[in-house]
Amino acid sequence: MAPKLPVYMDNHATTPVDPRVVEAMSPFFTEKFGNAASRNHEFGWVAEEAVENARAQVAKLINATPKEIVFTSGATESTNLAIKGVAEMYREKGNHIITQVTEHKATLDTCKRLEKYGYEVTYLPVEKDGRINLEDLRRAITPKTILISIMYANNEIGVVQPIAEIGKIAKEKGIFFHVDGVQAIGKIPVDVQKDGIDLMSISAHKIYGPKGVGALYVRRKNPRVQLSAIIDGGGHERGMRSGTLNVPGIVGLGKACELCQQEMAAESERLRGLRERLKESIMSRLDETFINGSMEHRLPHSLNISFAYVEGESLLMGINDVAVSSGSACTSATLEPSYVLKALGVGEDLAHTSIRFGLGRFNTAEEVDYVADRVVETVTRLRELSPLYEMAKEGVDISKMKWVAASDSH
Amino acid sequence: MAYSDKVVEHYKNPRNVGSLDKSDPNVGTGLVGAPECGDVMKLQMKVNPETRVIEEAKFKTFGCGSAIASSSLATEWVKGKTVEEALAIKNTDIVRELALPPVKIHCSVLAEDAIKAALGDWKKKQGEAEAKPAETSAASN
Repeated sequence: MAPKLPVYMDNHATTPVDPRVVEAMSPFFTEKFGNAASRNHEFGWVAEEAVENARAQVAKLINATPKEIVFTSGATESTNLAIKGVAEMYREKGNHIITQVTEHKATLDTCKRLEKYGYEVTYLPVEKDGRINLEDLRRAITPKTILISIMYANNEIGVVQPIAEIGKIAKEKGIFFHVDGVQAIGKIPVDVQKDGIDLMSISAHKIYGPKGVGALYVRRKNPRVQLSAIIDGGGHERGMRSGTLNVPGIVGLGKACELCQQEMAAESERLRGLRERLKESIMSRLDETFINGSMEHRLPHSLNISFAYVEGESLLMGINDVAVSSGSACTSATLEPSYVLKALGVGEDLAHTSIRFGLGRFNTAEEVDYVADRVVETVTRLRELSPLYEMAKEGVDISKMKWVAASDSH
Repeated sequence: MAYSDKVVEHYKNPRNVGSLDKSDPNVGTGLVGAPECGDVMKLQMKVNPETRVIEEAKFKTFGCGSAIASSSLATEWVKGKTVEEALAIKNTDIVRELALPPVKIHCSVLAEDAIKAALGDWKKKQGEAEAKPAETSAASN
């Protein structure tokens, strides 16, 4: 039975808003539209109560307390606040930050900006499986290190970092530990106490909530983290983030967290099953396919495969009723192939052939079967068109070939 | 990215996919691009040595939809043309025909290079001097 088309399988990029989240948010647009900071009338009190309720829902999902949740416009802002906020507040203590090469641009670009202001940043490499080496981390620490920032799980390859171990090292050395939790929260158990996390970026639109809202977890005890605000004007969120609260968005984020809390265990098992089904169905029917990143330490719903000799964008074009994404240069605005795959040591030729599948709450087994069939069909067809596949089948060692670059291209 | 209807048409129904016999003295083979760049085109043409007319053309491409369309179009255009007429094909003609956006212009440039490389190879096999030796020199990465 053909599923409803087009099929959406790009849940690392964004997720549809769960209808139950929409329902929870609706009244706050039209009836309960008050400004949560209006202290003097019912409209304000109702909004404030809803915000505090949501705050508790977010905190519960990650085993934090409500006072430790700061609402923002999204995880990018949360990450900026965490890194810049610590950097400025603790600049007398030190000016060194440690992060790693496959972080999201929100982290990398923020660090690059701080380097311009005289901060020093170490970008740890990753091994072939996509994880950092804990010894590299230990060796990178100096007396001037004030922050370690490592993502829980990567958005392109779904690989999960050794967060609890990093948390232990950070605590031992008295360094704050920030985690970009965007892809992991609500998908695998994340516990700021168990994992030793001091700051964490949270995004609503990755967990079936609305776009334009997120949160930052900021630890209050053992140790207490203080931040310099990056947005001034009114002192909202305990002075950490000024600006009228996006009440409907926050209600949505809270509800999304609550649903994840309730459904995560069962959902992640179901999605792991679907992911394995997708992987088997594709890889059993095609040769020369490679998984990018560790399969062992990976989000249950994530898959990133390179299809040798077939370029990513042409593959996406062939499965144009399926929404997924690629690490190919042709699909990026800058015409550069994925820096994450490059960091894993995936050759540029294979980086161009990669496809990222992100399963989600609303995907079904029928959709998985349909997608696998379309992928196999399209890869097979494109390999007929591929001079590289032809050469490989003839036994030519492509890596040894010398190529004539096009005259004015790239 | 929205593709033009023509690009989609060439992608869905590429013309002249396949290979000619490389060792045939009347076949010129051009292989341009690089896997690291995400674009490799192989273009082959069989030329009648007396009339200098391109009688057959085949292509294979590793690359995006625009690259596939550009090389497919190239094989369509060169068939029936003389060597000199084919060498006059400009990438801008391809851009116009396929309505390629600025970010995909390099695909058309690669197709033009593939035509020149294939014909350069044919000329070499005929013992002719190449007009522009730079096009077919190896390894300039």
